[in-house]
Amino acid sequence: MTPGPVEADTIYALSSGAPPAAIAIVRISGPRADAALQQLGVPLPEARRARLGELRADGDLLDRAIVLRFPGPNSSTGEDLVELHLHGGRAVVAAALEALSRVDGLRPAGPGEFTRRAFDNGRLDLAEAEGLADLLAAETESQRRAALASVGGAVSRQVEKWRGEVLGLSAALEAALDFSDEGEVGEAWPAGWHEACEALTQDIALWLSRPPAERLRDGIRIVISGPPNAGKSSLLNCLAGRRAAITSARPGTTRDVIEVPLAIAGRPFLICDTAGLRQGVDSVEREGVARAEAGIAQADAVLWLGLPGECPASCAVIDVASKSDLGRTAAGALAVSAVTGEGIDGLLRTLVSTADALLPREGETALNARQRAALRDVVTALAEAASDGDMLVAAEMLRSARVALDRVTGRGGVEDMLDALFSRFCIGK
Amino acid sequence: MPLKFDIIVVGGGHSGCEAAAAAARMGATVALVSFSRDQLGEMSCNPAIGGLGKGHLVREVDAFDGLIGVAADAAAIHYRMLNASKGAAVRGPRVQADRRLYKAAIQSAIATLPRTTVVEGEAALLHIRDRRVTGLSLADGRELQGGAVILATGTFLGAKLHFGMASAAGGRVGERAATALAVQLRELGLPVARLKTGTPPRLDGRTIDWAALDRQESDRADWTMSPMTARRALPQLFCAVTRTNSTTHDIIRANLDRSPLFAGVIEGAGPRYCPSIEDKVHRFGDRDGHQIFLEPEGLDDSTVYPNGISTSLPEDVQLALVRSMAGLERAEILKPGYAVEYDHIDPRVLDGALAVRSVSGLYLAGQINGTTGYEEAAAQGLVAGLNAAASVAGQPPVLFDRADSYIGVMVDDLTTQGVTEPYRMLTARAEYRLRLRADNAQARLTPKAIAAGCVSPARISAFQRSRSERESIEGRLRACHTAADLRGRGAMVRDTGRKTLMEWLRFPELDAGALLRVDPLLAERDPAILDEAIEDHRYAPYVERQSAEVARLRRDESLILPDDLDYMTIAGLSAEMTERLCAVRPKTLGAASRIRGITPAALAAILVHSRRAAA
Repeated sequence: MTPGPVEADTIYALSSGAPPAAIAIVRISGPRADAALQQLGVPLPEARRARLGELRADGDLLDRAIVLRFPGPNSSTGEDLVELHLHGGRAVVAAALEALSRVDGLRPAGPGEFTRRAFDNGRLDLAEAEGLADLLAAETESQRRAALASVGGAVSRQVEKWRGEVLGLSAALEAALDFSDEGEVGEAWPAGWHEACEALTQDIALWLSRPPAERLRDGIRIVISGPPNAGKSSLLNCLAGRRAAITSARPGTTRDVIEVPLAIAGRPFLICDTAGLRQGVDSVEREGVARAEAGIAQADAVLWLGLPGECPASCAVIDVASKSDLGRTAAGALAVSAVTGEGIDGLLRTLVSTADALLPREGETALNARQRAALRDVVTALAEAASDGDMLVAAEMLRSARVALDRVTGRGGVEDMLDALFSRFCIGK
Repeated sequence: MPLKFDIIVVGGGHSGCEAAAAAARMGATVALVSFSRDQLGEMSCNPAIGGLGKGHLVREVDAFDGLIGVAADAAAIHYRMLNASKGAAVRGPRVQADRRLYKAAIQSAIATLPRTTVVEGEAALLHIRDRRVTGLSLADGRELQGGAVILATGTFLGAKLHFGMASAAGGRVGERAATALAVQLRELGLPVARLKTGTPPRLDGRTIDWAALDRQESDRADWTMSPMTARRALPQLFCAVTRTNSTTHDIIRANLDRSPLFAGVIEGAGPRYCPSIEDKVHRFGDRDGHQIFLEPEGLDDSTVYPNGISTSLPEDVQLALVRSMAGLERAEILKPGYAVEYDHIDPRVLDGALAVRSVSGLYLAGQINGTTGYEEAAAQGLVAGLNAAASVAGQPPVLFDRADSYIGVMVDDLTTQGVTEPYRMLTARAEYRLRLRADNAQARLTPKAIAAGCVSPARISAFQRSRSERESIEGRLRACHTAADLRGRGAMVRDTGRKTLMEWLRFPELDAGALLRVDPLLAERDPAILDEAIEDHRYAPYVERQSAEVARLRRDESLILPDDLDYMTIAGLSAEMTERLCAVRPKTLGAASRIRGITPAALAAILVHSRRAAA
């Protein structure tokens, strides 16, 4: 019954301020800190010496970062500690945290956890520990912001819904386990339980299969579209500040989709120039138009250079009257000239506000990373619950799923499950 | 000249008797104060001991050499292992007990306790000096001195009985309510809240048409509630099952206005898991019937307990609803059902030893803490008795945690969460359920009991025999076998290769029967200990996975917070956190972490502050 010695978890977190910033510092503390670094493809540098390293996940380069190792106990937490000094863009930080969440034995740190470990290991004197009050204030502030952000937040609503479903699945089993003597609930597995458990597993797994901070990592997809020769490629070049696309006065010059990553006021964009929409004259152009249409289908927003209101996209559309230097205008469209730069500032402002509506709000990124790590545990636990023939094991797996979900929603405990149980089953003699 | 004792226990119910016995086993001199010697060990509700979650508590109290398990065996007229088809962690041993034999067993156990005096009388006033209990006065003027007082007064605090719309003061029918003490506890500033519970009418078994009903026989196995009981001794009776029906429900609905529950007369909160029949019909009106178990109360007693129709409706309605059920058409009621409302103390004023934090030497155990059930009461009596005696003797406390026992789960739930309805044990309450089985209670707890010094030599040698038996079994389970070998003996394991039997036991295909075919010599070992070993190995992977969680729990439990920690001065705690922390006064950081709304950063701040205060 006495548990053997157990390795402490290894925790990680963004320890500097919210990105974007010049540098973002991610700290990893615990026995698997070195292993995590190696898993990111970085050879272990000498202790307490700054080294440049290429961080990779699944072979993709995440960032070239300064890497520092502080082997325990001579580190600020008293444990093995690794610091990654990343470029401070949101996409980079999100990708690095995401990669760390996939390392075995690592989990996101809870608020105050680094401090707690430092204190436990005698690495923090009392004066330093006073800083905890500030931490608490920050925590409260971020909780307030998170609460505000989650009002109407689809993700939070979704997590709440799943939590309700897991509680329901648990309640059904616990009723069968704790009240089977009463005849009101059967001894056997509740009807439809396995189907419900598998459906929930798939639902969460599907959600997890979508790239997470997709827009942060890849940028917001802005597709420039319109009829041929509307000045799409010129607009791209103007926004990019370089000749990224070949332009000519000839309609149908652009055949392929040309993508240019751009940062505008700290927001990541991927601007895509596409072929003008018309019935193609040759097979190459027809292919180009098909690609343009596919591009529009994937767009987060379209810069439409055609007649206002005629854009075939279902996403956000910004109507642009291009070539304003030639006197072209249209009611309800932004008049822009790629030649004189007229209207470009206004267009940039519009793009920024479009981005802000599409990007996760500040602080939500970190929450998402935690949610995702927890939800992955939920999926694993649910899958095991559905596949084990032992109701007791299934109930235990559902308990782990509840513990993981409680890490997301920050509530807890058996009482919630009992509430679900007693509201659904007529129990008691 | 006042009588002097180490420990004074007030109340002779399941909690009080267990508390007195535990203190006596610890070597204390004990006074057990009860209204009447004849009522020691009375089963005031249903005549059953054990069940799901509750059977675990019985086995755990028994592992400390307590009374309830052995007494239940001495009175058992029907044995049933609930959840027998499921994993051992949720199996619940339960017996129907002959009411008179149970009481007799408890009374004879109390009579043979060393250094223990039964004092008949009503405890009227606690003597408290400088917030320390020194003894108490009885209503007749006698005085008792004691180093500690354990209050185990059950529903006798400010109790009110409801028969239909009529009500009367009292605990059980025909007994007095301990109201003077209730007033004193309120004056001590202990927060008091109100709960309710109820009982069904008792039927005359001679007027029941048993032939018309489905029977439930005692099970055929030979397990007992306590491993100290050699064998089942009494003849076994059967129970029967009937159901309420639409006529029953119509009768209840037509008379809801005559139920004190629905007329707003009863203010206390009732248990969700043991609702009155009027509650069930009202809340789950779509159900066409509810199962009712007809349980015999004794071998020489025709009284039958209809489990499932607890009610406070007037007697004429009770008779009509009883007679609307199959087999009960001509049944007579011997004693009508009633509802009881009673006061309890908010158990968050207690520490893990069930001692009141603000009054030194005062312990509370049983229903007074808002629990329900004999088993819950007995387990708290054990905790209070052990710790009161340890404290008076200057020994370290005997504490339980959520990972070692259901007792630990219950005490922690009570002292950190409080109660909103009568608290009943459920296996769902135990996070570490897979390691807390009824069948490994002695393996888990008897070493702790031996260390505390509350175990008889007979129990110690029985325990040592069982452990050496287990060692022999473990030796045989270390033998290696191939998958083909196992399949050849009917255990169709899904894996391949060569493993020890311990490892193969993780596969459900290797059950007890197949194991005996693989190693026939195991049949010579004690089957109960063999089952214990099989279950340990079967669930070992899951238990290991919980280890990190348990290690975290234990680490946080080892971080003791000072009693006088001033939460108001800890910077950054929200008003809500401060309020809850002040109400609970968590003894450890672990307890603090289980209070709703306490964040990890708040815990770190509390920890830092407490170390700083200590420095």
